[in-house]
Amino acid sequence: MVEKTPILDIFTYVFLITGIIIVGFPVIYAIIAATLPIEDVCRVPMPLIPGDQFWVNIKAAWEKGNLGTNLLNSFIMASGITIGKISVSLLGAFSIVYFDYRFRTLAFVSVFCTLMLPVEVRILPTYEMAANVLGPFQKLWTVLNLDGVATWIAGHEIAVTLEWCILDSYTGLILPLVASATCTFLFRQFFLTIPEELCEAAKMDGASAMTFFRKILLPLSKTNIAALVVIEFVYGWNQYLWPLLITTNPKMTTAVIGLQHLIPAADDLPYWNEALAGALIVMLPPILVVLFMQRWFVKGLVDPDK
Amino acid sequence: MGNASPVYGGKRCFANSETMIKRSVFSSRTLPYLLILPQIVVTLTFFYWPAVQGLIQSVMRSDPFGQHSTFIWFSNFVTLFTDPLYLKSIGITLFFSMSVATVSISTGLFIATMANRALKAKAVVRTLLIWPYAVAPAISGILWLFLLHPSYGVVALAIKRWFGVDWNPVLRGSDAMFMIIMASAWKQISYNFVFFIAGLQAIPKSLIEAAAIDGASPFRRFWTITVPLLSPTLFFVTVMNIIYSFFETFGVVHMMTQGGPGGATNILVYKVYQDGFIGLNMGGSAAQSIVLMTLIIGVTLFQFKYVEKKVQYAG
Repeated sequence: MVEKTPILDIFTYVFLITGIIIVGFPVIYAIIAATLPIEDVCRVPMPLIPGDQFWVNIKAAWEKGNLGTNLLNSFIMASGITIGKISVSLLGAFSIVYFDYRFRTLAFVSVFCTLMLPVEVRILPTYEMAANVLGPFQKLWTVLNLDGVATWIAGHEIAVTLEWCILDSYTGLILPLVASATCTFLFRQFFLTIPEELCEAAKMDGASAMTFFRKILLPLSKTNIAALVVIEFVYGWNQYLWPLLITTNPKMTTAVIGLQHLIPAADDLPYWNEALAGALIVMLPPILVVLFMQRWFVKGLVDPDK
Repeated sequence: MGNASPVYGGKRCFANSETMIKRSVFSSRTLPYLLILPQIVVTLTFFYWPAVQGLIQSVMRSDPFGQHSTFIWFSNFVTLFTDPLYLKSIGITLFFSMSVATVSISTGLFIATMANRALKAKAVVRTLLIWPYAVAPAISGILWLFLLHPSYGVVALAIKRWFGVDWNPVLRGSDAMFMIIMASAWKQISYNFVFFIAGLQAIPKSLIEAAAIDGASPFRRFWTITVPLLSPTLFFVTVMNIIYSFFETFGVVHMMTQGGPGGATNILVYKVYQDGFIGLNMGGSAAQSIVLMTLIIGVTLFQFKYVEKKVQYAG
């Protein structure tokens, strides 16, 4: 602080602590609720002294919400998206920055424009696509009357159906979310700041493009990768609309969506203690990732182009 | 926004592309194409093809079995913009978005300003405030659903006692709207906080000190130095908050109100889902998607045009 302002300082801390408590309140309250038996949770106002039913509620939530399977699904989805996005973007950015070819601007712009096409604005057609990824080829096949051609060549009736359905599968949960404008930009910006001399030196020593990528670019990108791991893991774990659209099989549901079944219905007993216990379990993994990797995370979030 | 994680600041993405092309490049005929291929395949399959399909569907009317479709020009859009329910949804979305942005930005800025003054505790404070970033909007919805529950919620109880309101979000639209605003804004505070604290720390100490020597009080310094210098951050955060409240709050609405009661919380993103995916109105939903697409293209271009150019040091 510039000058001594004792009164203002006290206010600062008072407001700050109030702010932190207000921000933390919903979760603190949920933690308390998750420790109480159902009689206490629906008392008004709910007692603020934690009870001893925490593990009982956690167990109930785990079973009712099918959390074992759902958490595994979420984990596979989030990791798949994270690894997929980062590797696809690393390779893409490497191609855009370190090679000179005719379509590189086009490639860059087409990746950039996906920024303007979130799932929310193309719900139905993307669903149709996931229902049959080979749909466009099927259309082409029909238009060109290739069935007829095949029949003519083979001499007997042939009907080809091209079908690859990725609904209710890990591929479906992960693959459509793997393209990433944001990661590609981040890596592109970062690669542009790497001194030319490094690449020249590597070339002089006879390194091929992929050797340069593996031995020099990857180690240099560690910090950026760490930051993106946090951001993309949280993004993948918290996905809502896409998994909701493409999973109908309860075995493929993700944890966040599965929580819906824990919310007590109006004519149900108010098992809020279990609902909140479930919510706490599901929110824990991404929170831990953010807290443990805080330093890189903040860097990656605030500083997209170092 | 749905696909774009917040990492990308929207800054300087094209600015350097001319000047900073690497002189030293590898030469290969096929390798660069192979490297970019996965990205392009996914983009074409799951972004461009569906987007084009959406465009086509929006000017078609298809029969319920999806067998035949007829070209009907902009009839779907005319129907859409004369539908009072859609116009209501636009109004609701604007109100919701503005409220979420106002609540989360002002709270985030306030806490960040306080945290920036508390020199000793900065790291601890950051840790204590950063974690809600990782909470899914839908889970934030569950937490607040309990806090604002008409019979068991403690915040609902406080509202009833202190303001004498007959709180019931299940029946009254305005209460339900308040509920989704709280759940959406709460989650976003920490995101804003992270940006504001970084922005505040980037302001040169010497400027503040110079103003202090000239006798400016802390409050005056805040309004005449901090806020103007923070304006680029403020602008960026505002844009990101609007995008967030338009698109990513789907989970909040789906968990808390499902658009009800009586469509009072049926924001545009939720309406697209309901009309298209649940109601199976292909043309109408496609037209709604195109409206949203136009909107997000507009916001993105606006952001690129103005971020870092007009707002900096304007105060």
